[in-house]
Amino acid sequence: MSAAARPPEGGARVPLGGTREAEGAPVSAAFFEARGLGLSFGGVKAVRDVSFNVEQGEVLAIIGPNGAGKTSLLNLATRVFDPSKGSVHFEGRDITRVPRHDIVRHGIARTFQNIELFEGATVLENLLLGRHRAGHGNLLGQMLNLPSVQRAEAQTRARVEDVVRLLDLAPVRNRPVAELPYGVRKVVELGRALAAEPRLLLLDEPASGLNPDETRQLACWIADIQAELGITVVMVEHDMSLVSSVAQRVVVMDQGSVLMIGKAAEVQSDARVISAYLGA
Amino acid sequence: MRYDTDYREARRLLRGPAERAAYAALAAILLLLPFVLPTFYVGELSFIFIMCIASLGLMTLTGFTGQVSLGQAAFVGIGAYVHTQLLTLGLPLPAAMASAAACAALAGLAIGIPAIRVSGLHLAMVTLAFSVVTEHVLGRWKSVTGGHQGLAVPDPALFGWSLAGPLPFYFLCLAVVAIVLLVLLNVMRSATGRAFIGIRDSEAAAQGLGIRVARTKVLAFGLSAGICGLAGALLAHHTQYITPESFGLALSLQLVLMVFIGGMGSLRGAILGAILIGVLPSIISSLKPLLPARLAAQSGVELFVYGGVLTFFVLLEPAGLNGRWLRLRAWLGQFPLVRSTSRRRSKVYMRSERSR
Repeated sequence: MSAAARPPEGGARVPLGGTREAEGAPVSAAFFEARGLGLSFGGVKAVRDVSFNVEQGEVLAIIGPNGAGKTSLLNLATRVFDPSKGSVHFEGRDITRVPRHDIVRHGIARTFQNIELFEGATVLENLLLGRHRAGHGNLLGQMLNLPSVQRAEAQTRARVEDVVRLLDLAPVRNRPVAELPYGVRKVVELGRALAAEPRLLLLDEPASGLNPDETRQLACWIADIQAELGITVVMVEHDMSLVSSVAQRVVVMDQGSVLMIGKAAEVQSDARVISAYLGA
Repeated sequence: MRYDTDYREARRLLRGPAERAAYAALAAILLLLPFVLPTFYVGELSFIFIMCIASLGLMTLTGFTGQVSLGQAAFVGIGAYVHTQLLTLGLPLPAAMASAAACAALAGLAIGIPAIRVSGLHLAMVTLAFSVVTEHVLGRWKSVTGGHQGLAVPDPALFGWSLAGPLPFYFLCLAVVAIVLLVLLNVMRSATGRAFIGIRDSEAAAQGLGIRVARTKVLAFGLSAGICGLAGALLAHHTQYITPESFGLALSLQLVLMVFIGGMGSLRGAILGAILIGVLPSIISSLKPLLPARLAAQSGVELFVYGGVLTFFVLLEPAGLNGRWLRLRAWLGQFPLVRSTSRRRSKVYMRSERSR
């Protein structure tokens, strides 16, 4: 394992805006890197030649009008789609062709724009599923409920309780997800991604459908996730109040390409960004 | 309100003295029942146990993993024929039963591998076709299956003791139900069971969390088919003579009804559904004398009542017998203090759009 593949320790922050490309390292320079990504559905080009880096420890926001290709970008990063061009690199490894179910083993977890929870299960079961990749014994051992399986389950449960504590999910721990209001489900989905213990967390519109109080709470949690858990966050988000309060850098997309990359304040005052949003 | 003081306690199957006492009482009743019931009913109970096993098998596939199968009877049939042939060849009962389950499981894996490419209605069609083909093969492959004339099933025997009487056979069935139920309970409270539910509810999220969707679906097919094969082995002894027709569409549909009426996604539901579908014919025939003579003389009256009960459940109790039971238990739990609001169904929020 190369030095760049090492999981982050504590809240090690990388200086804002500083890119490691200057060091001149070829492949394993950036923590996460999209290199010339393209994605077409038939004649529609959802993503065209998108390149950007994510620094370890930062919160990066991707903004842009509807249909700009933001979610497609996350789907490319998590292997939902095969890119028609370009490559994706994480911790120095090329993950452009790894199987979709292996993405989480590489250390990337995500949430979905339209919540994708396991509706028939309880909150706790959803969070336990978040830790599916941790070993839980083979099927025969599980059938017989061997002591080793019991130990693994207790361990998983203990780790999941950390997430429950962090996100204040204790009151709904045993409730079926189908009964929960929208805002709580969003939190459960965030919790499920955290339970996977990722090094890179991809959030697809985490604040959509949340009220202002819930959005502020979410901003605190994202800051905690960054500072205390040391997890790098990439989020697609429309809510600029959330973006400017938690994101160190912002990638603006329009019609499948990157319009600009900068700090939240720079981006908001940029003429090109304003015209992309207002269609002027 | 229950408080867990330990993560292992939270996983325990029987929690608290009340539950332990209730299930101990149930076990005692099931052990004593055959000694007080008339022989005919002991046989009927054994049949219900066998249906419970098959229903549990289908619940694993349809209720937990979300894979519809209209061909489950084929696995029951494969189990029955393999078991009968191996017993006839002189294999001991446990070995023959294990082989029956294994062969059915292999058939399940074989049909599962192509079947995972489709879902929903298409999967129902694939399994249906498999069932029809299996029935035909059983009917035509005369050298092995005896064709449509069928096969006589040797009496079950264990360590030199005959289990042919209704009483020993009852205990054999009871033991197998108990084992299958325990195994499935263990699977469902482990990672594999959670993965089943994950695949049922969101394949996109399941893959994102590292669940191998295709492999887990095939596994569910194999597990389900194996359990149904085990049920087939016992069913062969119950009917004592097996023909391909007894493993046709009718049995498959009965199994689907059991899991549906019992309540999707619950092992208790599978058992309650099997009990209801199992006793319904007896109830209908005992109610027959109460009907006006002209109505009772009609040939289709059983089917009519059967259909009526099913329609009632499908329309009025979508959560199935298990849902009804959970509400009854909640009501009993708060009995003197029941509030009308606590019975109200909690609002179910919009189901999110699914991307596959």
